[in-house]
Amino acid sequence: MSPDLLKLIFGRLGLESLPLHEPIVVGTFVVVALGGAALLGGLTYFRLWGYLWREWFTTVDHKRIGIMYMILGIVMLLRGFADALMMRGQQMLAFGGSEGYLNAHHYDQVFTAHGVIMIFFVAMPLVTGLMNYVVPLQIGARDVSFPFLNNFSFWMTVGGAVLVMASLFIGEFARTGWLAYPPLSNIGYSPDVGVDYYIWALQVAGVGTTLSGINLICTIVKLRCPGMTMMKMPVFTWTSLCTNVLIVASFPVLTVVLALLSLDRYVGTNFFTNDFGGSPMMYVNLIWIWGHPEVYILVLPAFGIFSEVTSTFSGKRLFGYTSMVYATVVITILSYLVWLHHFFTMGSGASVNSFFGITTMIISIPTGAKMFNWLFTMYRGRIRYELPMMWTIAFMLTFVIGGMTGVLLAVPPADFVLHNSLFLIAHFHNVIIGGVVFGAFAGINYWFPKAFGFKLDPFWGKMSFWFWVTGFYLAFMPLYVLGLMGVTRRLRVFEDLSLQIWFVIAAIGAVFVFIGILSMLMQFAVSLLKREQLKDVTGDPWDARTLEWATSSPPPDYNFAFTPVVHDNDAWWDMKRRGYQRPLTGFRPIHMPSSTGTGIILAGLATAMGFGLIWYMWWLAALSFIAMLAVGIGHTFNYHRDFDIPADDIIRTEDARTKLLAGAK
Amino acid sequence: MTVAVHPSQTGEPVFYLADEHPHPEGWSTSLGFWIYLMSDCLIFAILFATYGVLGGNYAAGPAPKDLFDLNLVAVNTSMLLLSSITYGFAMLTMQQNKVAQTQIWLAITGLFGAAFIGIELFEFAHMIHEGATPQRSAFLSAFFTLVGTHGLHVSCGLIWLVTLMVQVGKFGLIEANRRRLMCLSMFWHFLDVVWIGVFTFVYLLGVLR
Repeated sequence: MSPDLLKLIFGRLGLESLPLHEPIVVGTFVVVALGGAALLGGLTYFRLWGYLWREWFTTVDHKRIGIMYMILGIVMLLRGFADALMMRGQQMLAFGGSEGYLNAHHYDQVFTAHGVIMIFFVAMPLVTGLMNYVVPLQIGARDVSFPFLNNFSFWMTVGGAVLVMASLFIGEFARTGWLAYPPLSNIGYSPDVGVDYYIWALQVAGVGTTLSGINLICTIVKLRCPGMTMMKMPVFTWTSLCTNVLIVASFPVLTVVLALLSLDRYVGTNFFTNDFGGSPMMYVNLIWIWGHPEVYILVLPAFGIFSEVTSTFSGKRLFGYTSMVYATVVITILSYLVWLHHFFTMGSGASVNSFFGITTMIISIPTGAKMFNWLFTMYRGRIRYELPMMWTIAFMLTFVIGGMTGVLLAVPPADFVLHNSLFLIAHFHNVIIGGVVFGAFAGINYWFPKAFGFKLDPFWGKMSFWFWVTGFYLAFMPLYVLGLMGVTRRLRVFEDLSLQIWFVIAAIGAVFVFIGILSMLMQFAVSLLKREQLKDVTGDPWDARTLEWATSSPPPDYNFAFTPVVHDNDAWWDMKRRGYQRPLTGFRPIHMPSSTGTGIILAGLATAMGFGLIWYMWWLAALSFIAMLAVGIGHTFNYHRDFDIPADDIIRTEDARTKLLAGAK
Repeated sequence: MTVAVHPSQTGEPVFYLADEHPHPEGWSTSLGFWIYLMSDCLIFAILFATYGVLGGNYAAGPAPKDLFDLNLVAVNTSMLLLSSITYGFAMLTMQQNKVAQTQIWLAITGLFGAAFIGIELFEFAHMIHEGATPQRSAFLSAFFTLVGTHGLHVSCGLIWLVTLMVQVGKFGLIEANRRRLMCLSMFWHFLDVVWIGVFTFVYLLGVLR
């Protein structure tokens, strides 16, 4: 074939795009390919494709979509953590003339991919998954406001993850750091596909995130059950509401800034260039106007989880509910007024820096108020140290340290010394791991029995807990020390041998965390095997307080046979206290949304379009775009998207539960 | 939700709705669409901000005074404003359940919208022909992106409009179609409001500058 024709079909993609010269990548590819082939073969052998398609891929049930988000987050955690281990290994070895084992080209991709994956494809799916699963149950709803959109949002997130993963084996990923600052990320300095993978992975996933934000806001505003006024909502629902407001109010900024960067790269405009009037600092400002709220998007739901866990396991009503709500709202607003603290060194001048320094410090006030509320909830409570509570305690200790180092960084003169140092790296891992990751694990251990009907195994859970927590401290406390000594981030080789010991300690910490992750996988496996012993038939294994525990575990498709009526903040606690009797008769048909394959098809086409744009396969991009339009418009011609679950089915499900409950007594 | 929650007549607290009515179809749609519009509004806000910051960086290239033809822009603006009015008429006739008239007004709206896009493309082509391309300076990059994004939105609105006309033709002014027409109406007027911003900040202030 002529080179022109090849170029027309494959764009920039050629055999030389495959990283065959990187033994590490080739090895990874072999393992992934074998694992993937085994998985696909197994699914085919056991004839599971039809089941997966009907019951999972096309489902609009918020519970299943929530579970799929969690699976995505955990799978991507393995990839993101593999990157972390590689970095820790490289920095431990590359001393005294050694180049380590990663060349610069590969190492730069690794730290970029680590950041992008951990934020967008681990933390976001975990948080969104928990919100998706829990919020409708907590407010006594049957599903979210727009169930189809929910399915579509999930698959768009998957599409983004697929693009990032594809970059590992087809071409390369960005070598720019996780926010891809220009001019480095512009076409002149990054002519390869790396930054394009970055852009389109985030654009595809970002659409999903924005839509799921809109969806959950509507769900919380419009679908609360009777009696649940705003100030009677569970705190997790409140923090979810604020998080989704932040999503809707910040992700469009990311969309625009990435679109402008792609115009610079594809069309040759001059937004962020060094010449023709462009301003790279404009990019830095814009991306942090999204980026700072993003931090709170992640941590607010974690605060909600800790609130639910603390009050449940202390056996007490949450201390200071109203102040908790107001603190959440204040954090939501303040999170928009601090973005410049990410680049005090840009040289905006003393007054601008002082303004943003002070607003940053102010955020610690509502956060501190929350901390005291949790402490006072525990005070004189009958605390049960189950796994969710253990993660919460670890969070409280760890997050306070991270918060304090954050306030140190908020002081502009101090930041001039610490900017982009390992002190900063230690700080944000301190708050993201200590806050978001511990929160997600507390949430997983807390709500797992709700989702599957059996508890998680405590032994492996505790193994995971202790390895994670000690591993975290071992891995990141040395980075504080190194940062104070002036070591900057993203370095590949070091000269000063006296620094090495700290990197060795950090690497040992990373290995501890690795064991923690393996223990968590083990915990899932063991719990699955021991599910009969760990079974919970009551639907309320923790003697909890909010509505999601009022229904069975796992909840039926329709969540509640009758929509609950709420009189108190801790609705389920109130029902238990006042002798609520579960209704046994009078069931009626329930109106529910039907499954649809449109979401996964649209997201697949969007991913294909992204791939086409990355590799300059214009025909693929154009075809996928036209197909997306056609499928999307075609979908609107379907006016019958709901069905009724017949009363007989509900009677059967509810009678089965009645029998189970009678057996348990 | 405003469902009254009274204790039952025996004084026992009520913990569930025995006689429940599902939310009507489209219960959340208008709120959801409003929130979507606000997120879209944010996209324009950032583009305006970018134009505000970079709009003076001509890089020794053409400035707004050299490029903008206010007469043409005035005609273009009137096209869009008229299309908003005619969309309003379409909504009025929809309320009266007159399918044919609704369709006619929608078609007129579409024609005005298409005229707007046509004039905008003509303006763009003219500027590019004169060498004022998006690549020429940061000002022009920001200009073409802001105005072009608006134009892209109007084009999407046109596709949506045609789709809805087909659906109204096929299924009539059923509840679902009324809801969709209402959403498009909000979208269309929203684009009008954004254009007022573009007209003022980009064109009028640009010529003054």
